[in-house]
Amino acid sequence: MTLRLEPPEDGDLAAWWRLALGARAAGLRPDQVIWQAPETADLFAAPVTVVPSPLLPSPVAPDEALIPLSEAATHLIETVVLHSSETRFALAYRLLDRLAARPALIGNPADPDIRRAQGLAKAVHRDMHKMKAFVRFRSVATPQGERFIAWFEPDHHILEATAPFFRRRFAAMHWAILTPRKSAFWDGKTLSFGLGARREDAPTEDAMETAWTAYYAAIFNPARLKPDAMRAEMPKKYWRNLPEAKLIPGLIETAAARTGEMIASGPTTPNRRIVPYQPQTKTRPS
Amino acid sequence: MDTLSKLTILADAAKYDASCASSGTTRRNSVSGGLGSTESAGICHSYAPDGRCISLLKILLTNFCMFDCAYCVNRVSSNVRRARFSVEEVVNLTLDFYRRNYIEGLFLSSGIIRSPDATMEMMAEVARALREDHGFRGYIHLKTIPEADPDLIARAGRYADRLSINIELPSGESLAQLAPEKSLPKIRNSMGFLRERIEGAKEERRVIRSAPRFSPAGQSTQLIVGADDARDAAILQTGAQLYSNYRLKRVYYSAFSPIPDASARLPLSAAPLVREHRLYQADWLLRFYDFSLTEITGAMKDGMFDPAIDPKLAWALANRAYFPVDINRAPKEMLLRIPGIGVRAVKRILAARRFGALRLEDVKKLTTSIKKVMPFISTPDFSPGALTDDAKLPAKLKPRQLDLFA
Repeated sequence: MTLRLEPPEDGDLAAWWRLALGARAAGLRPDQVIWQAPETADLFAAPVTVVPSPLLPSPVAPDEALIPLSEAATHLIETVVLHSSETRFALAYRLLDRLAARPALIGNPADPDIRRAQGLAKAVHRDMHKMKAFVRFRSVATPQGERFIAWFEPDHHILEATAPFFRRRFAAMHWAILTPRKSAFWDGKTLSFGLGARREDAPTEDAMETAWTAYYAAIFNPARLKPDAMRAEMPKKYWRNLPEAKLIPGLIETAAARTGEMIASGPTTPNRRIVPYQPQTKTRPS
Repeated sequence: MDTLSKLTILADAAKYDASCASSGTTRRNSVSGGLGSTESAGICHSYAPDGRCISLLKILLTNFCMFDCAYCVNRVSSNVRRARFSVEEVVNLTLDFYRRNYIEGLFLSSGIIRSPDATMEMMAEVARALREDHGFRGYIHLKTIPEADPDLIARAGRYADRLSINIELPSGESLAQLAPEKSLPKIRNSMGFLRERIEGAKEERRVIRSAPRFSPAGQSTQLIVGADDARDAAILQTGAQLYSNYRLKRVYYSAFSPIPDASARLPLSAAPLVREHRLYQADWLLRFYDFSLTEITGAMKDGMFDPAIDPKLAWALANRAYFPVDINRAPKEMLLRIPGIGVRAVKRILAARRFGALRLEDVKKLTTSIKKVMPFISTPDFSPGALTDDAKLPAKLKPRQLDLFA
């Protein structure tokens, strides 16, 4: 018997646990489950039975499920679920099955499932880290006060998992992070999530960006040009949402000439009179 | 002069300081008020085309300076444009940048104006205003002026996450020659003072939770490579001494790079970036791989690193009797010595081998470059045979795209 389960909404970990634990309680082995949304179902695949999730045995919360999962195992499974890979639910369900039967497996990086899961987890963690780094708020004055709004395009389903970081950091501000799939809002009291947005929905400028881009240009040392090192950490896909990135081509292009000029112009002679520094003599107990 | 012009001048003046770390401090957030947070790891909010991370607003309070350090773009005898921020301007820039998520916090340094005390006092005042007037919970790194009054340095330590004093030159002689107003004994004195206060505060907080913090992310310094004739071994030795004498969190190595308006006392061309890179690699071996200084310097030629191979590989090639290392039986210390295997790969190997003997195919999955590793390891199904002792091995292991670091 093979069952097709409709995957939970992206990023909704609670829904994932309800489904997965329900399926386990129903005795479904990983090879008996296909995780597929109806609209992407392959018409020519072997016939499968579709189980609407409400018909599964009553939903269980993860902590009531009495499955001996370590914190590390739970975390790994949840991180896999946040990945955008099409096979994430199948892998997560298989991990759940295998780790429940053999908890020590989590420590074996040579196991193919563990290795694959760690690979996906690494990508998700990197995406979360880059979101914390590259979100750029733009300030908008409203009758109710200042609002900070950002547009960000994550690779994985990380908005819900990363939003609490912004709450802890900017608790006194009212902010919104808009993404194509979903948006996060903080009003100083409650973190809530709403529909996805478009790039045009976010403000297009902020008065501080002149200062920020001036800083970016000034802190760059043209004598040490290493654009590959920059791109390794700040890939081009992020540039369109980073106000400073529009300067990059120009800075790279002029770097060699600027450095050459520094060397060619040679040492200079001071054009003002230098009074040698005299340290004050201080007597104080050390 | 408007704030924007000042920012351009005073960021340009600060860029020769390599440090931009924002990690390793206490965890804080602003849920109960204020602005900002710090979590275990620092965050690089952007990268400049020089490949360097931009984590902090790194600026000088002023680039007016009484000192005449030859390597410094801000020395008194340089014709560079000068500017001076007010305390309020720095505070507002920091807060405005922080609210937009551009930065983790502030790294404030300064030229020395009026007196070392007056300068240190203004820098401490910026940090105080951020913390006390604005409840700023982000990261603050303050440059410390060794000539300043210890009470003022102590004040800075109460507000800062990290303090640093740049030695810049690896020997007392070079310092006397190129930075005549700086004094090595004074710098050492201040570093010793900071160590005492940092460790004392940590100790106190273990007993009394509410005891005041003091520079919880420790202290760091910077050494310039290639401004004087110091050899790599001497620079590394200075670094190693600083780690052990003053428990520094980091020693930064910065390849001398040409500055506008250079002094005639200096080389005009840049030091090769590969020297800096090798020093960082060796620094890492000292701190995380249990190498001793003499082991690393023993594998050098004339006190210089081979630009073509990394220091760990150089050591392995000079000590081939230790290899091949049995991946399944060797203790952790020996696994760490295998060229091409890092701390994380060692951790993975130690974990994986508990589940059964690892074969070459398994090692391949656990490391990033099996080719580099193979001459130095053995597994039940693989032995490098004569490869380990092959006289041509160094040439075979040299990477091709050397000019990357040239």
